[in-house]
Amino acid sequence: MTNTAEIIEPSEGHREVLESVVVRFAGDSGDGMQLTGSQFTQSTALAGNDLATFPDFPAEIRAPTGTTFGVSAFQINFGARRVMTAGDQPDVLVAMNSAALKVNIGNLRRGGLIILDSGTFKERDLRKAGYDANPLEDGTLDPYQVVEIDVSKMVVESVREFGLGTRDALRCKNMWLLGLVYWLYGRDRQPSIDWLNAKFKSKPEVAAANVAALNAGHAYGETVELPGEILGYTVGPAKIDSGLYRNVAGAEALAWGLAAGTQLAELPMFFGSYPITPASSLLHTLARLKQFGITTFQAEDEIAAVCAAIGASYAGQIGVTSSSGPGIALKTEAIGLAIMVELPLVIVNSQRAGPSTGMPTKTEQSDLYQAVYGRNADSPLVVLAANGPGDCFHTAIEAVRLATKFMTPVMLLTDGYIANASEPWMIPDFSSFEKFPVTQHTETEGFEPYNRDAETLARVWAVPGTPGLQHRVGGIEKDFTSGHISYDSENHQRMTDVRHAKIDGVANFIPEQTVDQGEAGGKLAIIGWGSTYGPISRAVSNMREQGRDVAHIHLRHIWPLPRNLGDLLSSYDTVICPEMNNGQLSTVLRAEYLIDVKPLTKVEGMPFKIREIEAAIEAALDA
Amino acid sequence: MNQQAPIAYKPKDFATDQEVRWCPGCGDYAILKGVQKTLAEIGTAPENVVFVSGIGCAARFPYYIETYGFHTIHGRAPAVATGVKLANPDLDVWLVSGDGDAMSIGGNHMMHLLRRNIDVNYLIFNNEIYGLTKGQYSPTSRLGTRSPSTPAGSIDAPVSACGLALGAGGRFVARGIDRGQKDLPGILKAAHAHKGASFVEILQNCIVYNDGVFDGVVDKSVAGEAQIHVKHGEPLRFGADNAKGLRFNAKAMRLEVVTVGEDGVSEDDIIVHDQTNLALAQMLAAMDRPDFPVAVGVIYDNPADVTYDQAVRAQNESAKVDAKITSIDQLLRSGATWQVD
Repeated sequence: MTNTAEIIEPSEGHREVLESVVVRFAGDSGDGMQLTGSQFTQSTALAGNDLATFPDFPAEIRAPTGTTFGVSAFQINFGARRVMTAGDQPDVLVAMNSAALKVNIGNLRRGGLIILDSGTFKERDLRKAGYDANPLEDGTLDPYQVVEIDVSKMVVESVREFGLGTRDALRCKNMWLLGLVYWLYGRDRQPSIDWLNAKFKSKPEVAAANVAALNAGHAYGETVELPGEILGYTVGPAKIDSGLYRNVAGAEALAWGLAAGTQLAELPMFFGSYPITPASSLLHTLARLKQFGITTFQAEDEIAAVCAAIGASYAGQIGVTSSSGPGIALKTEAIGLAIMVELPLVIVNSQRAGPSTGMPTKTEQSDLYQAVYGRNADSPLVVLAANGPGDCFHTAIEAVRLATKFMTPVMLLTDGYIANASEPWMIPDFSSFEKFPVTQHTETEGFEPYNRDAETLARVWAVPGTPGLQHRVGGIEKDFTSGHISYDSENHQRMTDVRHAKIDGVANFIPEQTVDQGEAGGKLAIIGWGSTYGPISRAVSNMREQGRDVAHIHLRHIWPLPRNLGDLLSSYDTVICPEMNNGQLSTVLRAEYLIDVKPLTKVEGMPFKIREIEAAIEAALDA
Repeated sequence: MNQQAPIAYKPKDFATDQEVRWCPGCGDYAILKGVQKTLAEIGTAPENVVFVSGIGCAARFPYYIETYGFHTIHGRAPAVATGVKLANPDLDVWLVSGDGDAMSIGGNHMMHLLRRNIDVNYLIFNNEIYGLTKGQYSPTSRLGTRSPSTPAGSIDAPVSACGLALGAGGRFVARGIDRGQKDLPGILKAAHAHKGASFVEILQNCIVYNDGVFDGVVDKSVAGEAQIHVKHGEPLRFGADNAKGLRFNAKAMRLEVVTVGEDGVSEDDIIVHDQTNLALAQMLAAMDRPDFPVAVGVIYDNPADVTYDQAVRAQNESAKVDAKITSIDQLLRSGATWQVD
């Protein structure tokens, strides 16, 4: 059986044209909201819009149905112009049940559109969602445009012929609503239909039911007059650079970047990891990329994961480990060992809200101190931060490059938002990337394990199996060249100094800091790092369109900082640093440059809103 | 390819130029000698051998062996060794640890190394005390051990190293004695020959903080009665003139010590050691003085069909053969893409 879309000519003539829209799909954890969102994302990308997404889900896998703590959501911002964030406020809320309405209505734009399943507002549903009164009746929804449809009932009707039980039939509800939203924005259903047919290849009746639900939702939009004379909308294609595009999530791009890095370094990679939210998807992706010379190892704990990676580095591969803040804390002693024995190691931290377990599925940037300073003793390493999903690819390559060039651990910071969010990404031409083949030491003449490259101060990498280079390394302080145990006081000073100088010297091998928008020098610079890139970029461009003197600087290299950064920051009257923590980069910049960087902080488990940064810019310039 | 004559190594080929810094009289000296002798007999080229250790007196071991060596952090040597072996399965990987390093701070890693069955040789120097931190009781210390941290005597039950190893799924478990130079190289060679994780507990005397703790087992005056040297296929006999032996009491489901020729006990009643029998291995490992002799030798040796490192290599190789996506360019273009003009 082939399931195809019924071709109904979209009534383009009546559609209202919009520049951009923010749609939020919300329902139970088990309602398939993330799948729905990713399907809508795909079709939106194919329609030529620029877009950004924000999957927002609870830590509970399947919380009790109909409760507020089980609500999962997927937000997408798409437009005919460049889209930098998943949107400050949804314009449209698609609520699969009453709990989803309750959780998400607060942030909806006043006057926004709500599409809800009125079949989930019975007394029992309302009690579970924590409503005292029925919001459909008590005026709660008056400030909004509301489309009430008994979707549950209609779905069951539309899939009746496939002989599914009510429970299974209701599982098609997300596709019914997706069909309606496809109609709303004039989207092509066929890619989703193809996807459903492929996904449920072994269960043709389930595939057929889902396709029928999708078509039914779409047909409903076509045929039934929606309240408020909604005739559908058109969001035109955005002007984006020409090239081949795809959607990519941060974790995926990071995995690909690591694979690419190992190809450029011409060395195999060993990835040791322990499951933790939101970092696990990196392990899942890499486990399927073994053909690129990648060994993946799910260790017994965080410590074993990093230690196995260090062991693999010692044996000549590129050791990589990954976790989130609490797991990085556990790895800390071993990272110190890697600093001491000067082996390459990439440590990925997908940051989440903390301290302790904190909010595992909520994003934050609060591990910057941990990355830069968070070890016992004087133990410098390199810290990088990716600024968005696609940038993870490039930053991962940079991490592998620096780790192998300098024989050092490199901490790569992403966060829960970057890891899960997806964006259209122009696929780079990999053949244009410069290789950085790593040579391991084989010459026995004059060999000492701590012989260093005069330029980079990196020590030689002599791996087991190489004849004549047998040597011992370890966590005890070592003699400057022989690597033998040394408690000599002058030697310790010298070793501490050289470890420090080596990392400082990395600044000579990374690009100078550029200004992302605006000019060097002026009234105000907004400096950011990591996933604040989107909102800062949009806020600064909006303000510049209004003629405001503001520039945007965004760091990829957090430690060491780019060699020109101090001078660059000094060229502005005011520097503001928005970050999703209590002011960590601000402190680092103040300490390094004695510049009065003003923090703009937020720790609500959510990315910054564009408006929040615009307000800070206005306040600073109007002061 | 030219056939090269195998190089004959001598124990001193595995000695480094480093001054050995253990206390004079420490049992570790004897073990070092035994290991160097074993390595020479095994004959693997020194560049293909790696010693990995954690923290503690025993963990200084790699500095004194002329191979590759990695002195890591407390308890984590099994995890580091796992990475070394998976990165290069052709290396001979040895782990050196103590009772505190392996069974206290590193207990988790010991368990997982054994159950994964990674082909490394894991030596535990058990002196029933923390030496490097100056004499606190350890997880193998006997009940009532007085130490700086337990002035009134320790009150927690000790762990049995070999019992723990068997419980974790170890497929090679042996016990040796530091001064037992006659047995030790043979045990170590058997450990090396075993494909998979090999666990060897070595009873080691700490001359400073726990001197004589094993006297009841190793002292010449009692050794004959207090030790039983187990050998695959041979009856489990011990004592003066090998008069004593171990018999299985089926009714009570336990071992008992009997004397051949007394109470109607004949030679046929004595169990013949089968190193592939897990139930027997567990009983032998658990035997302790004064009721039983302490088992010395290869208690259990029952290799699996495939080791973890072999399986990892096989999966990696088959991924290369089966992969549909073989270049980064292909990878980046996999799934839905669209052209913007």
